[in-house]
Amino acid sequence: MDLIADRGRRVTVEELNTSKLLAHAAKQVKDRKFDDVLIVDTDAHHYENENFAEILPFMENEVLKQLALAARAKGGRGSVMPSGFGYQDMGGRVTRYPLRASEKTDPGRQRDAQLGDRWMNAMGVDYSCLFPTGMLNIGLHPQKEMEFELCWAYARWVTEKALPDCNGRMYTMLCLPFSDPEGSLRMVETFGNRKGVGGFMITSVREKMQVSDNAYMKVYRAIEERGLAIAFHSGPNWGSNTFQSCNRFLSAHALGFSWFNILHCTNWVVNGMGERFPKLPVLWIEAGLAWIPFLMQRLDHEYMLRPSECPVLKKKPSDYMRDMFYSSQPMEIQDMEALETTFRMINAETQLLYASDYPHWDFDLPSTIYDLPFLTDKARHNILGGTAHKIFKLPPRNEAQKANLIKYGNYVGG
Amino acid sequence: MAEQFVGKASEFKDGERQIIRIGEDEIGVFRHAGEFYAYSNFCLHQGGPACEGLTIARVIEPLREDKTSMGLHFHETDMNFVCPWHGYEYDMKTGAHIADPRVKLRKYDVVRKGDEVYVVA
Repeated sequence: MDLIADRGRRVTVEELNTSKLLAHAAKQVKDRKFDDVLIVDTDAHHYENENFAEILPFMENEVLKQLALAARAKGGRGSVMPSGFGYQDMGGRVTRYPLRASEKTDPGRQRDAQLGDRWMNAMGVDYSCLFPTGMLNIGLHPQKEMEFELCWAYARWVTEKALPDCNGRMYTMLCLPFSDPEGSLRMVETFGNRKGVGGFMITSVREKMQVSDNAYMKVYRAIEERGLAIAFHSGPNWGSNTFQSCNRFLSAHALGFSWFNILHCTNWVVNGMGERFPKLPVLWIEAGLAWIPFLMQRLDHEYMLRPSECPVLKKKPSDYMRDMFYSSQPMEIQDMEALETTFRMINAETQLLYASDYPHWDFDLPSTIYDLPFLTDKARHNILGGTAHKIFKLPPRNEAQKANLIKYGNYVGG
Repeated sequence: MAEQFVGKASEFKDGERQIIRIGEDEIGVFRHAGEFYAYSNFCLHQGGPACEGLTIARVIEPLREDKTSMGLHFHETDMNFVCPWHGYEYDMKTGAHIADPRVKLRKYDVVRKGDEVYVVA
């Protein structure tokens, strides 16, 4: 296939085959004996818009469903999902974006399940938490009714169509329509006990969201009562007032992912959510790691000066942050000493979860964790999958994995 | 060091590349502007197939004397090749990462014997 380079010049590259593209990852799996390590990818994606023909009919409200289906009909007059600006593919440099449609799959099985098998096998990943892509902008939808309908329809499709086709290799944390607390609660009550649901996810890209609003307490309680986890999945919003002064995608992307998790993590911690829901596992996803030491120091500093604003807290903000979990990607491997300090500050051995973010442009392989020179073997195994095994109850896939889970004190059955 | 046959120069068009596999090693051989260049096909970032992606001209942003920007432009001659996994971008002539020349792919000599092209590995 041809890709367009400078001045319209055409460059011929092979059509996309994920297994071939990731052949070097498969070599890492072999060299590092990853088959013996339970590896859980806590943040992987598909492009749910490719499945809208199957998803949208699951919408409940007939009028909104008709609007959505009509908008997507041939010669469609509108878009269903809020979309962001950006050039994730860097002008085709990251070839799996422009070539994605060229990859061949068997029509008898969900395409996303087949693609998932290919990249998970190549990377040595045993389980992946499947998240949508475009829906990460659902918090920008101006209609909370439509936000609920789309989240509902996606939840039905992913639990009834997609996950059952994944041979148990994928699970999910379902996207909540957070503009609608009652709708969010209904989602937890309806889908919380379904197979493959490890918890619920709140998209962080929201310009007006107060995570400690009283309206949400019943949602958090319902998730906690079911023994599930909650995740805040970050993203950029180049169109927001804050980032419109960024003239490069790099700037809006680097800041946006960090910013939206910084914002909501601050509100979560300062309002004592850790005191209110001590048994609720909270995950902060896809903001990298460098923001965490910054926020810990910043909040501790201000808390010591103004504790009267946070009377629910019984310890420092950083202590609550160390009770929560963080996904590793995109891990800023630039200054190894700074990274080691970050790992120490967040208690990475028990609080960090490997994530690939595949197939997005800045994905991380398991070797990004495995090869870190300062990690103990126990930390390696915990971060790559042991800790996620405990949170999501994902069984080991062979005896060697089980033995390692037992060896490092992570085995909880299965 | 042994010479590994790559192909015939007359069949290796300008702008094309070939990947040569020697055991578990892989070498990307490019023909650009009449010259041959050969580099390790393992990206120095996360090990991706560094030589199998897009080739694209270097992007530049010339500044005027008053330090105002003239905007983004493609360089007239400088060519890069890009690892398709994450976009690590290397200079065609040196194999150095365009943002940090200390990050440099292993370079291999290419020799021609008549119409035959060999890489020395």
